[in-house]
Amino acid sequence: MGDKKINKPRRIIIREEYCMGCRLCEVWCIVAHSKSKDIIKAYKGQEPRPVSGIYFEERGAISFTLQCRHCEDAPCLEACLTGAMYRDKKTGMVLHNKDKCVGCWMCIMACPYGVIKPDFKEKKVASKCDLCIEREFPACVEHCPNEAIILVNKKGERIDKE
Amino acid sequence: MKTKYLIIGNSVAGVYCIEAIREVDKRGKITVVSDENIINYSRPLISYYLGGRVTKEEMAFRDEEFYRENEVQLILNRKAVRILVEENRIELSGGEEIEFEKLLISSGGEPILPPIEGIEKVKEGVFTFTRLEEVDRLIDYIQANKIEEVTVLGAGLIGLKCTEGLLERGLRVNIIELADRILANTFDQEASRILENALGRKNCRVRKEDTIVRVEEKKGKIDKVILRSGETIPTRLLVIAVGVRPNLGVVKGTSIKCNRGVLVNDFMQTNIKNIYAAGDMTEAKDFLLQRKSVLAIWPTAARQGKIAGYNMAGKKKKYNGLFIMNSVELVGVPTISFGITNPPDPENFEILARKNEGENYYRKIVLKDNRIVGAIFMGKIERAGIFSGLIRDRLDVSSFKDDLLSDDFGLLVLPAEYRKHMVRGEGFTE
Ligand SMILES: Cc1cc2nc3c(=O)[nH]c(=O)nc-3n(C[C@H](O)[C@H](O)[C@H](O)COP(=O)(O)OP(=O)(O)OC[C@H]3O[C@@H](n4cnc5c(N)ncnc54)[C@H](O)[C@@H]3O)c2cc1C
Ligand code: SF4
Ligand code: SF4
Repeated sequence: MGDKKINKPRRIIIREEYCMGCRLCEVWCIVAHSKSKDIIKAYKGQEPRPVSGIYFEERGAISFTLQCRHCEDAPCLEACLTGAMYRDKKTGMVLHNKDKCVGCWMCIMACPYGVIKPDFKEKKVASKCDLCIEREFPACVEHCPNEAIILVNKKGERIDKE
Repeated sequence: MKTKYLIIGNSVAGVYCIEAIREVDKRGKITVVSDENIINYSRPLISYYLGGRVTKEEMAFRDEEFYRENEVQLILNRKAVRILVEENRIELSGGEEIEFEKLLISSGGEPILPPIEGIEKVKEGVFTFTRLEEVDRLIDYIQANKIEEVTVLGAGLIGLKCTEGLLERGLRVNIIELADRILANTFDQEASRILENALGRKNCRVRKEDTIVRVEEKKGKIDKVILRSGETIPTRLLVIAVGVRPNLGVVKGTSIKCNRGVLVNDFMQTNIKNIYAAGDMTEAKDFLLQRKSVLAIWPTAARQGKIAGYNMAGKKKKYNGLFIMNSVELVGVPTISFGITNPPDPENFEILARKNEGENYYRKIVLKDNRIVGAIFMGKIERAGIFSGLIRDRLDVSSFKDDLLSDDFGLLVLPAEYRKHMVRGEGFTE
């Protein structure tokens, strides 16, 4: 699982009224989760392109981005048949261990936000937002040009990238 | 021996009970009794194990460390044979007794064995499919006897999962089902038919509206099955998978109240104050049916075990009731279903459906008074979970009914106010 840099509870808040529909969040999510962390390599097919942890929804004038809410009482955890979906003790975040996952989609059935995607790249596994645990700051929030997604701490206070 | 918390059954309900107790009470002694001889495994994975997709080690949903960390005393390979309700004690096989302050019964389900003429004479080659040790014996038997073809009685969830595992091992399977279609309890006609067609393309033949009335043996081993229709199928291996029912062995003869399962209140408490029950053997509040029911699925066992644990440890927490749901992928077709998928009185419901045969795509939404009470997703299951939330919140869908089957269905089609509460709030809390 690499070095986990985030060690405090935090949460992404979605402000759809600010979303311009540019989908940069999705692009940078993919880059952040690629092997090279390089936008050209991640997109030009020199390596398998990761599944983004984002559902981008758009219709007419409305658009917004949606990622795992890291629920306090997460239905995906109770539905998971393998323990692949687990709660990180330090941060309270809901994380996913691809090695344990068998792709049974019980979590997809249970998540009321519909934010878990099936990933068929290697073996069949579930895939969702990990709040960029291996980075210091979520890539989507960092690159949103209009603050349509912001990061907050447990008390709801905004956290900005240093 | 004495313990503060005693848990019968070391499966998902038991594990979630341990976790909840430890959230509240860090020290109180927890003892778990299991009649299986393995530290931990996920029961639904036995078909993956049969098919060679996971190893025994990979079947654990909690590791050894979990029991150490939570200071749980595990007593394996021993059965709780009797509960002495008045004395707060249980008796173990072998005679030992354990005294408890709080007891959780999570003894799960047991396979139903239909009456079949001649079955008592068969000593080998007949299996059920609910326990890991059984699957080990099944695999040994297949190898030792060079079995190439298997008869499976029952085309419900367990029968079909077993079939899938057998097909993955390269065996041929004959399925015999009493109903006029497969997975009759989960799906409607249409969904069953799509799956049946997919199964038919494999090494598998389904006989419907038929059952085994008699079996014959040869030197103690199963040799043929005779169907109600008169057909005889030479069979050297038979798996009986007609369903499970609550395993009430340990509560029999006690004053603990049962109907089909052990009856519990909203705190997962039985009629005996310090005895709780959770999981497949429990009859608890059903969110959709507005009565108590046995919901023999993993997520209910987890949630019920957790609620029981909190209450056992003194933190009052209510069970709001769940509803039937499942995610099953068979022969490459993923499916997710919720609630009432095939109402017996369709005239009292509104039904929306869409299909695309070629892609095994089928989607059906069942509404009552503009609220979703059931759904089937087949072929494409992404975002299905949103429906579980809509059912649970009893959201009036009249303003976006036309969108329920649309390709870009998502939170976007939901009323803005409802959506805001979803994306701004704390995430799901119950
Ligand atoms: C093949 C198969 C596939 C499945 N697939 C799915 C699926 O895809 N999705 C889903 O939601 N559900 C599935 N299920 C159902 C799921 O496994 C159960 O709902 C879940 O395991 C119930 O957990 P439980 O804790 O109530 O009891 P169980 O898992 O049944 O465990 C009860 C335990 O208690 C032990 N026990 C019983 N009596 C005693 C006693 N007197 N003393 C000591 N120990 C005792 C038993 O040996 C057992 O180990 C499947 C089941 C099977 C068999
Ligand atoms: S996957 Fe869904 S249910 Fe699980 S924590 Fe994230 S939003 Fe909540
Ligand atoms: S798909 Fe993976 S993470 Fe999701 S429930 Fe199944 S095993 Fe758990």
